[in-house]
Amino acid sequence: MTFDQKYFDIGRLDRLSYQDTFMHRLDPRVKVIATILFLLTVISFPKYEVGGLLPFFLFPVLIMTVGEIPVMFILKKVMLVSPFALFIGVFNPFLDAGTVTVFGGISVAAGWLSFLTIILKFVLTISAALLLIATTSFPGVCHALRLLGCPALLVSQLLFLYRYIFVLMEEAMRMIRAREMRSFGGRGAGIRGFVRLTGVLFLRTVERAERVYYAMLSRGFQGDLAILKRSRLVWKDMAFLAMTIAMLIVFRYYHVTEELGRLAQELIR
Amino acid sequence: MHMADALLSPAIGTTFWVGTFATIAYVSRKLKQQIDDKLIPLMGVLGAFIFAAQMINFTIPGTGSSGHLAGGMILAIILGPHAAFLVIASVVTVQALFFADGGLMALGCNIWNMGFYACFLGYPLIYKPLLGGSQRPPRIFVAALLSAIAVLQLGALSVVLQTWLSGKSELPFLTFLLLMQPIHLAIGIVEGFVTAGVINYVRSARPELLDSLVAASSKGAAYSLKKVLATFVVLAIFMGGALSWFASVYPDGLEWAITKTYGKSDLPEQSWGLARVLDKIQGKTAIFPDYRFQQKRNGAKESAAARPESPPAISVPGVIGAFLVLAIILLIGVGIRFFRR
Repeated sequence: MTFDQKYFDIGRLDRLSYQDTFMHRLDPRVKVIATILFLLTVISFPKYEVGGLLPFFLFPVLIMTVGEIPVMFILKKVMLVSPFALFIGVFNPFLDAGTVTVFGGISVAAGWLSFLTIILKFVLTISAALLLIATTSFPGVCHALRLLGCPALLVSQLLFLYRYIFVLMEEAMRMIRAREMRSFGGRGAGIRGFVRLTGVLFLRTVERAERVYYAMLSRGFQGDLAILKRSRLVWKDMAFLAMTIAMLIVFRYYHVTEELGRLAQELIR
Repeated sequence: MHMADALLSPAIGTTFWVGTFATIAYVSRKLKQQIDDKLIPLMGVLGAFIFAAQMINFTIPGTGSSGHLAGGMILAIILGPHAAFLVIASVVTVQALFFADGGLMALGCNIWNMGFYACFLGYPLIYKPLLGGSQRPPRIFVAALLSAIAVLQLGALSVVLQTWLSGKSELPFLTFLLLMQPIHLAIGIVEGFVTAGVINYVRSARPELLDSLVAASSKGAAYSLKKVLATFVVLAIFMGGALSWFASVYPDGLEWAITKTYGKSDLPEQSWGLARVLDKIQGKTAIFPDYRFQQKRNGAKESAAARPESPPAISVPGVIGAFLVLAIILLIGVGIRFFRR
C-alpha cells in the first residue's frame, strides 16, 4: 500500500465516522470499553480453540450492519495487513509435532489448528480496532480516553497529531511530487536527498507549530485543551454495554459452536 | 516492527500495557511540571511530521529496496525523552487505529518497544554520553548511529521475547532471534544515518533551534543516571516476574522482521507474503500424506518441549457447529441490511 493510499484511507475512515446511526450515537466511552473487553476475550482463547472463536464474528458483523460501514472497505484493510499474520502463523503446521484426531480416524498436524486460530484472531482484532474508529471518530475516542482517566497531555497530543496529520501529509506529498518531477532515472531518490527533504519538512513543521502556538495563544490557550461537550451516559449506552458483556461471557464459557452442531446432528437423526 | 494482537497472550499484553501506561503517566506528570506551553502544539505537529516523513521513500544504497523513517531517536534527540515518549505513543496509537498496524491489545507492547528504549536508554545512556556536550557533526553522527542501532536491537529483542512468552506461534526462540537481530542491525544502520543526517541538517540550517527546543522540554530536569538505573532495575524485576510467571515454551512473531525491513508499504515484502501464502495453499491442497511426512520429520527432532496446551480432537458436531455459526452470523448481517432498506 502506498502512502497516498494510506492518506486516502485515513480520510475515508474519518468520513465514515460522521454518519448518524445507532452505533455512532452511542457514547464513545461505552464503545471503547466494549472494544477492549472484546479484544481481551478474543486473545484469551488458547491456541487450539478454533470453534470457540467463530461466534465472535457476530460482533463485527452487527457493528458493520447497524453502523452502515461498507464491508468491503474493512475487509480490504484487513487483507492488506494480513500477510504478516499469515507469515508468522504459517510455521505452526510444520513446527508443531502434535496431532489432532479428526472424526473418521484421520489425523492432522495440530499446527493447522493453531495457525487457524492466529488468523481468526487476527481478523477479529484488526476489524474491531478499525470499526471502533469508523463508528466513533478519532476525536471521539480521544475524548472518551480523557473521560476514562487518560493523562490530559497525551489526549491533547493525540488530538493535535490528528489535526495536523492531513496538513503535513499534503505538505510532504507536494515535496515528493516536486522531487519526482525533477528526478530522472532515480537520481535524488537516495538517502542524501531524503535527509534534505526530511530536514526541510522538519523546519517547516516547526515554523508551522510556532504559528499554531501564537494563534492558540490569541484565542486564550493556557496549556490545556478544554472539552466543551460533556457527554452523559444514557440507558441505551448501558444496555449496549450490558448486552456486549453478556454475549462475551456466553461465547467465552459456553461452547456455542459445538452445542449448536450437536443439536443439528440430533435434529437430522 | 509491530507486535500483533493475534500472537499475544492476555498476560503479556496486559503486562506491557501496565508498563507503558505507568511510563505515560510518569512522563505526563514530569512534563506538567516543567513544560513550556509552546511545546504542546509543537509535540502534536511533530507527531504528524513523523507520518509525513514516512511518506517520503528513499532507496537504500546497495540493495535497491526502499526504506523510510521510524523516527524514535530523532524525536528523543529533538524533544528530550519525556516529550518524545508521548509523541511516539501517539504516533503508534494512530498507526494501530488507522493502519491496523499491530492492534489495540498489542499497543502497549508496541509503544514500549518503539518508545521506551529510544527515550530512556538510547538517548540518556548512549546518545548523550557519546555527544558529551559537543555539537560537532561527526560526533553527532557517531552518537546517532550507535544509539539508533542499539535502540532497534533492543526493540527487536523485545518483540522476540513478547511473542515467545505469549506462546501462540511455534517458531523456536533462537531461530526467531537469529532472524530478527541481523535484520534490525541493517535497519538500525539506515535509521542511524537518517537520524544523524536530519539532526545535522537542521543544526546547520537553524543552529539555535534544537538548543531552544531541548531547553524548553527539559527546563531544570537534570537527568540523573542513578534514577534511570534504579527505575530500570525495578522494571526489570517486574518484567522478570511476569516472564517467569507466564513462561511457556514457544516463540514466534516474524512479522516484525518483515514489516521493518521493507517498510510498511513496499513490493518485496508483499511478494514475500504472497509467496508464503501460496506455499501454504500448496501445502494444504496436498492433503494427508504430506502431513504425515511433516509430522514424522518434526517428531524426530522435537519431543522434549512440554506442550502447555494439548490440542483437542475435532469432532463431527464441532465441524457442523462451525458452519452453522458462520451461516447464522451471515444471515443476521444480511437480514439486518435487507430489512433496513
